[in-house]
Amino acid sequence: MTLAIHYPALQVVLPLLAAPLCSLMRGRDFAWAFATLVSWLAFGIAVALLFAVRADGAISYHLGGWEPPWGIEYRVDALGSYLLAIVTLISAVSLSFARLSVAREVRQDQHALFYTMWLLCLAGMLGIAITGDAFNIFVFLEVSSLSTYALVAMGGGGDRRALTAAYQYLVLGTIGATFILIGIGLIYMMTGTLNILDMSERLPAVADTRTIRVAAGFLTIGIALKLALFPLHVWLPNAYTYAPNAVSAFIAGTSTKVSLYLLLRFSLTVFGPTFSFGKLPLNEILAVLAVAAFLIFSALAILQENVKRLLAYSSIAQVGYMVLGISFASVTGLTAGIVHLFNHALIKTGLFLCVACVAYRIGSVRITAMAGLGRQMPFTMFAFVLGGFGLIGVPLTAGFVTKWYLIMAALEAGTSLGLVAAGLVLVSSLLAVIYVWKVVESAYFRPAPAGSPPVREAPLALLVPTWALILASIYFGIDTRISVGVARDAAVALLGGIS
Amino acid sequence: MRYDGVPRIVSKLLIPLILLFGLYVQFHGDYGPGGGFQAGVIFAAGFILYALIFGLRRCREVLSDGFVRIMLAAGLLLYIGTGLASLWLGANFLDYDVLGHDPVSGQHHGILLVELGVGITVAGAMLAIFFSFAGRDETGFSGADDAEAEAEAEAEAEERERAETGA
Repeated sequence: MTLAIHYPALQVVLPLLAAPLCSLMRGRDFAWAFATLVSWLAFGIAVALLFAVRADGAISYHLGGWEPPWGIEYRVDALGSYLLAIVTLISAVSLSFARLSVAREVRQDQHALFYTMWLLCLAGMLGIAITGDAFNIFVFLEVSSLSTYALVAMGGGGDRRALTAAYQYLVLGTIGATFILIGIGLIYMMTGTLNILDMSERLPAVADTRTIRVAAGFLTIGIALKLALFPLHVWLPNAYTYAPNAVSAFIAGTSTKVSLYLLLRFSLTVFGPTFSFGKLPLNEILAVLAVAAFLIFSALAILQENVKRLLAYSSIAQVGYMVLGISFASVTGLTAGIVHLFNHALIKTGLFLCVACVAYRIGSVRITAMAGLGRQMPFTMFAFVLGGFGLIGVPLTAGFVTKWYLIMAALEAGTSLGLVAAGLVLVSSLLAVIYVWKVVESAYFRPAPAGSPPVREAPLALLVPTWALILASIYFGIDTRISVGVARDAAVALLGGIS
Repeated sequence: MRYDGVPRIVSKLLIPLILLFGLYVQFHGDYGPGGGFQAGVIFAAGFILYALIFGLRRCREVLSDGFVRIMLAAGLLLYIGTGLASLWLGANFLDYDVLGHDPVSGQHHGILLVELGVGITVAGAMLAIFFSFAGRDETGFSGADDAEAEAEAEAEAEERERAETGA
């Protein structure tokens, strides 16, 4: 089929084309139906690309027919195609969920713009994953970030704190993006190229200059800000808490994942493992921050009264697991980090969708307000329990797969620091038991407050997408052939230099 | 400012020139300095100047909010449409070579269309930003009373003007 060779371009162009059309739509649900359809189509393209890359290796697409390194190249490799599949899947499922939830939380006259922003955000994130051009990455990063700020701010219809959350995110996100741009600019200054592959070939010759070391610093800090890596996480809890529920689910499963992709792309593909982990102590710095992130934020999550905020704190901790995996600088460690991109996206989006179901019925996401819901909304709360198992890392859930590989990597490394990190992963998992239990206890073991109106189970339109993700997170905890297989391919390709 | 002679007359002289210069920058962008982004900003500046001198309401009579929103979408659609056209004609996305009878004229058509798309969207974005800020009153809410109050004040002023010229 001739169209198939254009899939890399269509992957980004389809949502980008749909966004302006969506902004012109009138009527209640047209914009939603259109955006959802486009998002599922994008998922179809991503799956086709994933299998094409697995079968025949990386795909290169020359935009405008200009040869790289002069023109802009779209390059789909194992890691990129994995991320494309994750982002499109999460977007498609949360959009399928969004109609009822958004109708209640976002002002009616903003609906068309809401879905426009969503599609732009999707296009931006897909662009980051697919492009092989460093400046292009920055452009797509801005497209996705600016639309995310707007999406978060649209929670302001119900709760005006969303506006300050969005503003805080805007300020910190812009600083992050600026740092990334400065980093790219400095590399461009030394290598004279913006194509990522070309950069990685030319970089070793100039690697011993201060300019390149400064570039690495700017890029790492900028990306860490976008990634919400402790201690640069300040924007995340408010943004996740006050955004419309469907948006929380969408960005929890995608935006930090895309940033982690950038960290991998720049530290391993562009700078290369020998520079990042040999000449610079990036792995040691990341390991310390990662361990601090999951210990501190698993503990802080226990103290939260708002379930969305609890999940946001848990997200910061989970970012810690991913970064810890990378910091081992081994194939197993990277596999753990990359497979957790996928597993955490499924689990956390599933959990946010459960919370959105609760919010749809009782209008509150506080733990105390969820008392007695275990009997009144059995399907929703049981989905939450299964998702919670995933966060803890109970065997037969996707979360277990990640922790298995993390601990394997730690034991493989054999250093005392690695062993300590493995022990701390277990401690953090126990903390996760406590914060998940707090919600479970309230829902199952406390009676509903006397005199509260009866609550019905969430409508099927909300339950189906929620359960789809939760069941997927169980499925990929048992059958890891695809999720771990692709992650391992990506890890091997990224570490090509040393192993 | 509508009743100050100097700004009114100067802007009336300048606005057509600004719009013309915007079009020049737009369509001369492939030979000389310029292009869609700059042209869009200049073109929008003409309308913004008009709104500053003659009032936001009159400017919005010509360019309604709905029209500005269509401009925003149309430019992007033109850009992507050009890319899809080259895809349709069998080349890669945004490969202009196939858009003309030979690659040189194809490149020519392609860049002209794409830059026109950029120009339309940028002009739309500038106007949308200006309208949304200028359309707010001091409390920070864009109220409907605002437009009504302005219309009333204007009707009053026109009456006074008529009375003065009559006298």
